[in-house]
Amino acid sequence: MKYMNVGSIIHLSILSLLNRRLAVLLSICAIAVSVSLIFTVEKLRQDAKRSFADTISDTDLIVGARSGSVQLLLYSVFRIGNATNNISWRSYRSISDRDDVLWSIPISLGDSHRGFRVMGTTRDYFEYYRFGRGKMLELDGGKPFDDVFDAVLGAEVAADLGYKLDQRMIIAHGIGKGGFTKHDDKPFRVAGILKRTGTPVDRTVHISLAGITAIHVDWKAGAPIPGMSISADAVRKMDLTPRSITAFLLGLKSRLGAFKALREINNFSKEPLLAVLPGVALQELWDLMSTAETALRAISIVVVFGGLLGMLTMLLTNLNERRREMAILRAVGARPHHVAGLFVTEAILITIAGIVGGLCLFYAGLFLFQPVIEDIYGLFISVTAPTVNDLMILLYLLAGSVVAGLIPAVMAYRQSLSDGIIVRN
Amino acid sequence: MIEICDIRFRWDSEAPVVLNIPSFQILAGELVFLEGPSGSGKTTLLNLLSGMVLPEQGSVSVNGEIITRLTDGARDRFRADHIGVMFQMFNLIPYLSPLANVTLPCSFSSRRSTMAAKNGGSLASEASRLLTRMQLDDVATINSPAYQLSIGQQQRVAAARSLIGSPELIIVDEPTSALDNEACQMFIKLLFEEVKKAEMTLIFISHDTRLAEYFDRRISLVDINQIA
Repeated sequence: MKYMNVGSIIHLSILSLLNRRLAVLLSICAIAVSVSLIFTVEKLRQDAKRSFADTISDTDLIVGARSGSVQLLLYSVFRIGNATNNISWRSYRSISDRDDVLWSIPISLGDSHRGFRVMGTTRDYFEYYRFGRGKMLELDGGKPFDDVFDAVLGAEVAADLGYKLDQRMIIAHGIGKGGFTKHDDKPFRVAGILKRTGTPVDRTVHISLAGITAIHVDWKAGAPIPGMSISADAVRKMDLTPRSITAFLLGLKSRLGAFKALREINNFSKEPLLAVLPGVALQELWDLMSTAETALRAISIVVVFGGLLGMLTMLLTNLNERRREMAILRAVGARPHHVAGLFVTEAILITIAGIVGGLCLFYAGLFLFQPVIEDIYGLFISVTAPTVNDLMILLYLLAGSVVAGLIPAVMAYRQSLSDGIIVRN
Repeated sequence: MIEICDIRFRWDSEAPVVLNIPSFQILAGELVFLEGPSGSGKTTLLNLLSGMVLPEQGSVSVNGEIITRLTDGARDRFRADHIGVMFQMFNLIPYLSPLANVTLPCSFSSRRSTMAAKNGGSLASEASRLLTRMQLDDVATINSPAYQLSIGQQQRVAAARSLIGSPELIIVDEPTSALDNEACQMFIKLLFEEVKKAEMTLIFISHDTRLAEYFDRRISLVDINQIA
């Protein structure tokens, strides 16, 4: 017969916990903080990955100078780091003219405007570039660049700098926040502003390849040629076909042909080139980041462990004070396992309260900081229900709380057996 | 009511024998005063009678049941159903209200729960009836934890708890040692009234021999315990 039902043990546990509310509250807080931390880490991990993966879509190959595939992916798509080398326009032409190529987007990097990178490209970029799940770039206002000195701004560039259409802007040579030589003899005009994409496109200033050539026409080896200055108007009349570009994106007629094209580009005889499949390069990037991910996870697990330890300490500290309580319970007919159950129940209740608190903390933080994170880091954090993975983590935490509760429970069990009905002083 | 037959007890096999009682009986309805100097094994006897520990040999039967033959679980259940226990002090679960303390045994025994409900209409009304009988009318309605009560009040709440659901046997261990003379007299008077009314058997362990005169029988543990 199990007359002492689970309900009355839970009832006793709740009253006992309320009796020590300060210590209990602190234990709950420790667990809540650890739960919200582990959820935040998981969320950032998943959303950073998703954000990265959403930056490029429908591109079959990325081609650049021979270096590492992750490096190529980072500088061509994410505007992180720099290219080691350029590739010649002639190579680009010969590859983009292949029969299996549906479209190509040349990319020329190396200049900046007030901390935002400037990318030279063609109008094909606005037609063929896809992000997210095959979404096209859309203009919030204006038009794609037409003139040599037209620029199309990413949403964040326009928002951050407060630029409007037709505004004039000077492009700096090199990448950084100033202190660089400026191409101030050839100002650009804001021709269009893109809608927000949640990708590095938002932080990019797009100009035509001709524009890139134009601002460097009187430059050599990264510096203006002394005594030589060609005005903007004079430049317009020159041949502005670039001699080299940084990288290019390829869309193939058939996705199945990607491997064949990849092999052929990598064996391109006239110049050492590197072609990568975006998905494969992303995977390599994940592999690179997995160490950091593991470290972050390990830290969150340690924090959760700390939360459980805090609770265990509280339960153990009270054990001795509660010997009489246990003896009374035994005297009125409680079985040793009821006494043990009391401690396990308390541990579970504290953990459940901690989980609920942690989830509240996490979602409150998510709502509060989501716009800020998007603004500052360009990382769009979606507010979603906990995933199966998250629920598994909570399940492990609950299991951990049972284990933590079992320690004082076993001790109380033994104590109540050896104390008998009367606690001798 | 209680029949002890040839028991020997020690806390572990190395320790000296604490109890060696060849034969000892208590009749149903008897009010027994059990005395003995400290260290004479009173507490051990209490543990044996309530089925918390088992003797090395011999048998203990309570209310017709040979409890030394029962399993651990069955003994715990037997105690819950048939024995009301009360200690020297610190009888109450500190975080429960006085009323919840009184009804506590009913969470562990359906028999006492049923009995209590039958006696008083409901668990709570039986508990407040007992508290009122213990002259604690004002305490019955208090919803704050029991540790705020005075020691005398706590002992009377504990008495009400041991009485609820009419267990056949009440064992009290020096319940009056923390009380002054007046409170002590009142306590015994109230306890006796309820015990007699419900025809319970009472074992009152104490070293305060002045109280012995109120009881049916006075037993010295030194006389029945034949150690050494």
